[in-house]
Amino acid sequence: MSDKREIDEITGTETTGHEWDGIKELNTPLPRWWLWTFYACIIWAVGYMIAMPAIPLINSFTPGILGYSSRASVDNDIVRAKEGQVEFFERISATELGEIIKDEELARFARAGGSAAFKLNCSQCHGSGAQGSLGYPNLNDDEWLWGGTVEEIFTTINHGVRYEADFDTRFSEMSAFGADDILTNEEIHSVAQYTAFLGGFEGGEKTTQGEELFLDNCSGCHAETGAGDIYLGAPALNNAIFQYAGSLETITAQIDTPQHGVMPAWSEKLDNVTVKQLAVYVHSLGGGQ
Amino acid sequence: MLDDKDTNSQKGIDRFDVEAVNSAKVREPLYAARKKIFPKRAKGSFRRLKWILMFLTLAVYYITPWLKWDRGEYVTDQAVLIDLANRRFFFFWIEIWPQEFYYIAGLLVMAGIGLFLITSTVGRAWCGYTCPQTVWVDLFMAVERAIEGERNARIKLDAAPWSLSKIVKRISKHIVWLLVAISTGGAWVFYFADAPQLARDLVNFEAAPAAYITIAVLTAFTYIFGGFMREQVCTYMCPWPRIQAAMLDEHSATVTYNDWRGEPRNRHMKKAIAEGKIVGDCIECNACVVVCPMGIDIRDGNQLECITCALCIDACDDVMGKIGREKGLISYTTLNDYNDNVAVAVGDGDTYNPKNIRTKDGNFVSTLKHSNWKTIIRPRTILYAGVLAAIGFGMLYVLNTRDRLAVNLLHDRNPLFVLLSDGSVSNGFDVKILNMTPEPRTVTMSLEGLDGGTIRLAGHQSDPLETLTIEIDPDQVQPVRLYIHADPDDLLSVPQTFYVVVSDVDGSETATAKAIFEAPK
Repeated sequence: MSDKREIDEITGTETTGHEWDGIKELNTPLPRWWLWTFYACIIWAVGYMIAMPAIPLINSFTPGILGYSSRASVDNDIVRAKEGQVEFFERISATELGEIIKDEELARFARAGGSAAFKLNCSQCHGSGAQGSLGYPNLNDDEWLWGGTVEEIFTTINHGVRYEADFDTRFSEMSAFGADDILTNEEIHSVAQYTAFLGGFEGGEKTTQGEELFLDNCSGCHAETGAGDIYLGAPALNNAIFQYAGSLETITAQIDTPQHGVMPAWSEKLDNVTVKQLAVYVHSLGGGQ
Repeated sequence: MLDDKDTNSQKGIDRFDVEAVNSAKVREPLYAARKKIFPKRAKGSFRRLKWILMFLTLAVYYITPWLKWDRGEYVTDQAVLIDLANRRFFFFWIEIWPQEFYYIAGLLVMAGIGLFLITSTVGRAWCGYTCPQTVWVDLFMAVERAIEGERNARIKLDAAPWSLSKIVKRISKHIVWLLVAISTGGAWVFYFADAPQLARDLVNFEAAPAAYITIAVLTAFTYIFGGFMREQVCTYMCPWPRIQAAMLDEHSATVTYNDWRGEPRNRHMKKAIAEGKIVGDCIECNACVVVCPMGIDIRDGNQLECITCALCIDACDDVMGKIGREKGLISYTTLNDYNDNVAVAVGDGDTYNPKNIRTKDGNFVSTLKHSNWKTIIRPRTILYAGVLAAIGFGMLYVLNTRDRLAVNLLHDRNPLFVLLSDGSVSNGFDVKILNMTPEPRTVTMSLEGLDGGTIRLAGHQSDPLETLTIEIDPDQVQPVRLYIHADPDDLLSVPQTFYVVVSDVDGSETATAKAIFEAPK
């Protein structure tokens, strides 16, 4: 800073004394209204601090006299959204499943609700895309162990599979042909070859012995053609979808000591409307009949 | 006043001429109050041009939302509508969807280059004639003048003590200002909704709060900026004066005080001439200052505050006519012409000499330059105009050949594919078909590059089809959930690229989307 006051010749304004490469800084006064806007901002800030939640304290914060809370606002939104859903819940509750999937508006709501419930309750076993995994059926395909109509899907979800606490649960069990010494290892191999042949897998072979053994031991449930039976939960064996993977080895293992999946009866945990929504959702995944 | 011995009673004590550095006498004010400006009404060609432009710009602003444009029965008939709720922008025959926002970006680029073009030719014409701030300030000043009278009456009224007549004048002025402000803010919202319906809702207090809040905010800012802030907005708040001034060059015509013929000024021209003094054309009547809405003196040179409204030209030309001198003491002049004329006026001497610029019979010498329209045409402006035209025609071309049918698709992430019982594989897709015309359309969807591929609509028990026919609502996005089936043995590779082709059945348009078919490896 220079000690002397210096007045810029052209503008008549005092300089600050700062100079860069011959360019001098003018000490132009701010417009007074700028000061007013500054004060107005301060007043607004003070008012805002009084009106709205503002100052953090050790365990809480100043709530502000308007009592605004973003959390409460979200709660309100949720309550309002739920109020809006009530009408749909009532309609779903009062409507037959077959009618729900025909009503475009209701079906869309049920699918969305079912999708959310699926992610929460079902995805742990069936996967988030309902794609299933070894031992857990893929719900996107067109093979249904217990039937693929929306009503059958509803019953399966409602009562579960091999879930003994529910009297109406879907139940069936395949004999352990090897472990219980019903068939010899050689016979099991032969019938496994025949089964692999039905499914079209590598190592499959149609032998007279295999076919005879199949007709004697398996066709009761899986049908003579291997088409399966949804009333017995017997999977079709004459197609590409095998629950425990399709290969001679896995088929042999399954005949020797069968594995059986279990699904809880969801009526225990979920209300009827949610189960209905789940049924509509699963039915919509692509394979619904 | 050094050492004032008279009042000094004691000998040997000196009195010093010194002042505290921070005493009130030497302290510069940190904040400057706005100085009131009472512009006098100008008369002349530029004032007339400004009235016409004000009328045109305000008319465009207020009337546009009420214009109609027939687009058929399915889409709005409002000529200009920014439909935020449905994310559509309508401008007469053009309809812009959100993904076409680059047209707006293109318009902004054009506006920028247009500003370069205008500023490099005629200076800050935007500020002086078409900027909403200066246009509305002009309107507010016209209201003020109509109610409170001309400059002297306004100064008198301002200084007068409060009386009934002052109160009546002030209140009526502010009421009219507020009415202008409300109609300004009010007109804005009509661009964003069906104007007649919104107008009815507004007066019945049934419109959305956003409409009232927008009107309130715009009303407040129009009232404050037009009535009170005025030139403060241009000088302190607006970045344009700084930016635009940088675009001027020595060929740009801008409002200039031609001091080479004006100086030396003299209030008493005839007397001075009689006395044989050297006098210029400026008689220091200050007519140029008194009409200036910014309250500045153009004779101080081109300056930041000058919005180049050219009212000083009108005022000065009027005076020049009265004293029998050529018009154009203040005129649109380029820096080049000005410098040449300065050289002529200085001649061999070291200061302006009016004798150098006039012949014996009082006319200007022929070596003086007078800026004319030819300064507009030069490489820089041709380049700007060329770029502007190129972008404009480019956009017009793209606009006229753009797609009005589009298809987007999203492959299911989970599961990527589903093995079906017959050994074939299904891939799920969320497809969106965009019908960007205001007419309903029927389109077919087929696959290209996927041997044996078929399409099945979700939720339909129908058999897979090779070609799907879909009805699409006008001006809508049609979501379609579908499964594409193929035999993995037919695939050339895993995954395989293929195309979903959507065609209007009338053959007018086809849209294609690239897709991937996934299958077990």
